Amino acid sequence: MAYIDPHIHMLARTTTDYEAMAAAGIVAIIEPAFWIGQPRTAVGTYIDYLSTLVGFERFRAAQFGIRHYCSIGLNSKEANNERLAEEVMEILPRFLLKEGVVAVGEIGYDEQTPAEDKYFRAQLELAKELNMLVQIHTPHRDKKRGTLRSMEVCLEHKLPPDRVIVDHNNEETVEDVLSRGFWAAFTIYPRTKMGNERMVEIVRQYGSDQIFINSSADWGVSDPLAVPKTAQLMRDRGIAENHIKKVTYDNALEAFAAGGQMKESDWLSPPAIDQRTLFEGNSVLRDGQEPRIDEKRSAKEKMLIE
Amino acid sequence: MTTTTTPAKLLQGWLRRQLLGEAADWLEGQAATLNGAQTDRGFFLAISLVHRRIGKADLDLSAADIAEAETARPGWRPAGWSLDQAARVFLLLMAGGAPAQFAERLEQLFVTADVGELIAFYRGLPLYPDQPRYVERAAEGVRTNMRAVFEAVAHNNPYPVEQFSEHRWNQMVVKALFIGSSLHPIQGLERRWNPDLMRMLCDYAHERWAAGRPVSYELWRGVGPHADGAAIADLARVLDIGGAVERQAAGLALSASSSAEAAAALDGDPGLAAAVRGGDISWDTLAAKHLSPS
Repeated sequence: MAYIDPHIHMLARTTTDYEAMAAAGIVAIIEPAFWIGQPRTAVGTYIDYLSTLVGFERFRAAQFGIRHYCSIGLNSKEANNERLAEEVMEILPRFLLKEGVVAVGEIGYDEQTPAEDKYFRAQLELAKELNMLVQIHTPHRDKKRGTLRSMEVCLEHKLPPDRVIVDHNNEETVEDVLSRGFWAAFTIYPRTKMGNERMVEIVRQYGSDQIFINSSADWGVSDPLAVPKTAQLMRDRGIAENHIKKVTYDNALEAFAAGGQMKESDWLSPPAIDQRTLFEGNSVLRDGQEPRIDEKRSAKEKMLIE
Repeated sequence: MTTTTTPAKLLQGWLRRQLLGEAADWLEGQAATLNGAQTDRGFFLAISLVHRRIGKADLDLSAADIAEAETARPGWRPAGWSLDQAARVFLLLMAGGAPAQFAERLEQLFVTADVGELIAFYRGLPLYPDQPRYVERAAEGVRTNMRAVFEAVAHNNPYPVEQFSEHRWNQMVVKALFIGSSLHPIQGLERRWNPDLMRMLCDYAHERWAAGRPVSYELWRGVGPHADGAAIADLARVLDIGGAVERQAAGLALSASSSAEAAAALDGDPGLAAAVRGGDISWDTLAAKHLSPS
């Protein structure tokens, strides 16, 4: 079974994580540009961060046979530093067209301030100009209202809902997102977002159309194996295999492939130049071997993320 | 072939031959529009758009094409280039501007480059105007942790041998071994061997031996020409304890030394000495057999 984790911040993770992810069957990942836990004070550090996403991190992933993509944007927290935000908006276009940049993201609201609103809208316009997808971070606080507002603003700016991924959903937001035709992504993240037992119930209730999951693993207590673990939990709890595949692979691929920068052949049969340069030395995923999540897994509890 | 053949014209011809009409039209349109343009934004966006418009298939080159490249710019070997790399370098050459502006724009491109762009820009080094301007940038490429980027500078590229000081050169050669890359595709090796590099290589070999790690047979190539007594002892040791390839390499290295001591050490293995001196074994034959093509 192959998996895609369409939201994970690998910059904050170790090579041990990459090894475990590859062994568990993760073939492709998307790293949205985000806050790094500490506010940036200068556009220079922002440039270096974005360069790392399209440069070194892609190389690092390739060493483990994993295809790395990213989305590029000004995050909502740092949109509140207007001097920095203006400078970042100047340099964003230079990164958005890089190879493997699948969307403008993750953008949206944090505290839903006027500055956040201003730069969210400016970036939606940029997405339109460059014909790109949008990956939306919905806020932790005042989540339901923030999610609804994010979608309304997208529609106001004439972005088609099927080109917008609304992330970090929960039981309270899922219906509104699905009924409006947006992609509904769920983050399996201990304590602050979704647990995976809840996720199983959501798939049981809403099925697998328009829905996919991710780990959003980052510098906090989080789990880069959240996608394969949740797939296993669904399997253990009787969710049909076709639904599992849709929420852990097919839908993420369909949603992000629409931007033209991500396709299945990228990892099934990469171009010769990439095989010579980026993928040498590791073929963890190309032998058709059985992926493993945890070799010594004995108890089902090991699959739980609460 | 005419005397006016330039790398840019060659790239243009190869790209036009291989690209579909729409992609070729876009590329040449960009080159024409951007040539002399004052704003950087359009230039940066065009360079980044190349992978979407042109794709990443291999650039198909014949032996005659490679020969033309060598004529247009001695040492330039675009074998193994991809279409997007060729197109990016073509756009740079056509629309980068006068040397000072070219250097400034290229540095801007480097600062925000993705992996594919880094490789393309470094591969293009020997083609840029006012060559010495790019020494610091090339040295930065040597410092990378990304092997493919390092090799874009170090392999099949005349820039380092022409522009690097001995110190930079030695760092590059040792780093190639250190990261598990190869020496053979480095241009100008024979011209640049020096006693300092010989010492660095022997030290590195000792370090590997002490750690119980294998030593690349290629390392000995840089030891032979300037081998002193200690280095000849190292080579003699490889003759004693090395596997077949290492022993052949040590034999070649000993034959590259002008000292009588080295000749005597090599004579200790008459079969190997004959093969080395008779030309049956060379660094080329070893590379063909033991290195993957790059």
